[in-house]
Amino acid sequence: MIITLIDYKAGNLTSVRKAITHLGMQSVVTDDPELVLKAEALVLPGVGHFCTTERLATSGVRAAVLHAIDRGTPFLGICVGMQWQFAGSTEAPETEGLALFEGACERFQTTLKVPHVGWNQIRRTTTGKPSRLLRGVPDGSFVYFTHSYRAPVVSGVSAVTTYGETFAAAVERDNIFGVQFHPEKSGDTGLCILKNFCDYATERSGL
Amino acid sequence: MSTESLSTGITKRIIACLDVTKGRVVKGVQFVDLIDAGDPAELAHLHAASGADEIVLLDITATSDARPILIDVVRRTARQLFVPFTVGGGVRSLSDAAALFDAGADKISINSAAIKTPAIITEIAERFGSQAVIVAIDAKRVKAAHTEAAPVESQRADAVAAEVYLAGGRIATGHDAVEWAREAESRGAGEILLTSMDCDGTRTGFDCPLTSAVANAVNIPVIASGGAGSGDHFVEVFKAGCADAALAASIFHFGIHDVRELKAQLQREGIPMRLPC
Repeated sequence: MIITLIDYKAGNLTSVRKAITHLGMQSVVTDDPELVLKAEALVLPGVGHFCTTERLATSGVRAAVLHAIDRGTPFLGICVGMQWQFAGSTEAPETEGLALFEGACERFQTTLKVPHVGWNQIRRTTTGKPSRLLRGVPDGSFVYFTHSYRAPVVSGVSAVTTYGETFAAAVERDNIFGVQFHPEKSGDTGLCILKNFCDYATERSGL
Repeated sequence: MSTESLSTGITKRIIACLDVTKGRVVKGVQFVDLIDAGDPAELAHLHAASGADEIVLLDITATSDARPILIDVVRRTARQLFVPFTVGGGVRSLSDAAALFDAGADKISINSAAIKTPAIITEIAERFGSQAVIVAIDAKRVKAAHTEAAPVESQRADAVAAEVYLAGGRIATGHDAVEWAREAESRGAGEILLTSMDCDGTRTGFDCPLTSAVANAVNIPVIASGGAGSGDHFVEVFKAGCADAALAASIFHFGIHDVRELKAQLQREGIPMRLPC
């Protein structure tokens, strides 16, 4: 079982890769659509501007990811990687998201400081199936955020966080998972979430 | 949980700082008289395990020695660290920053280079995101009698005047701390790390008026540094100082404070903290 990390040349993958290694899993880093198609599990780490995801469309990775998702490949998007799973973001209106979840990401509308940087709590939404990704994570656990844009609370949102307003902290549907926070930077809580994803991917690859 | 925590959600952060020189953690008083405090990787893990919300590693002599930061120390420290990890000291270029991110840093802190070449802030922010760029400001209060000796532009009638220093507090720049913080934000900094040189190492408390002047002038988080000596000092810097995070080194290294105990005290005082942690 190898986790494939998608590199889109924005920011660095070191932290996510380090956490996956710590969990005893192997990982590879690629920006090759062919390797994305063949992956057993996909993680799209993300930092920075939403427009950087444009590169995924032009390189053919976007199409490969959509194809892999259709085939049931476990897919985890982190931060901008989760935002990319929505229709788009007002941060880069011309850049299309995957539209796996409805609505678009918008800048925080609050008098509080933006970006939202630091540790904040996640609360499960009451609708939908129990989250596979958040298994064993107590409600109200603290995780580390750093972002200026946030995704809306829509169908498929498994956990929310409040910073002046309530927004999507995690999404989940079938083999698709996303987190707005950084599990690789969220101590034991974050490692538990990454382990849940790895366990799901391992179970699925054994089928 | 406090009402403040409910309304904003976000907690105030307690950051443990490792001042490193020649690969060892050291602690000085007002930037001089360094004493050995241990191995960076060991101390980073110890602080994270005891509840620190973030770790900062500063190579305090990289700039003055005109040498690059110790990448292997960064790599070794980052390897088993799963809380945000900032590295600073001697970051002069985009490629210096890239090497640190590659070694496992989540954010880089720039100080001297940002003053000399402010465009570097934007350059790193555009490549790695603003969340990865902290501009560190070492500031010293300008005493009324000495204003002519240390020219600070745009004096405000009731403002707190402080001058920015660089190279670990060795060189005065003539820049006003509040103005420089504003400029750093406009150039793409994601956070400000504000160190009071007057208070650093004294354990007599943070410079709350200066911290609040900077924190209220910018819309990005401000990390207060310099002067932590007791739990009450942290309460003051979060309340009167309006800090988003507070950083300390010596009080943690020598076990004067258990971070978890400190956070429990702050929570009792109504300051939202990540607890349990």
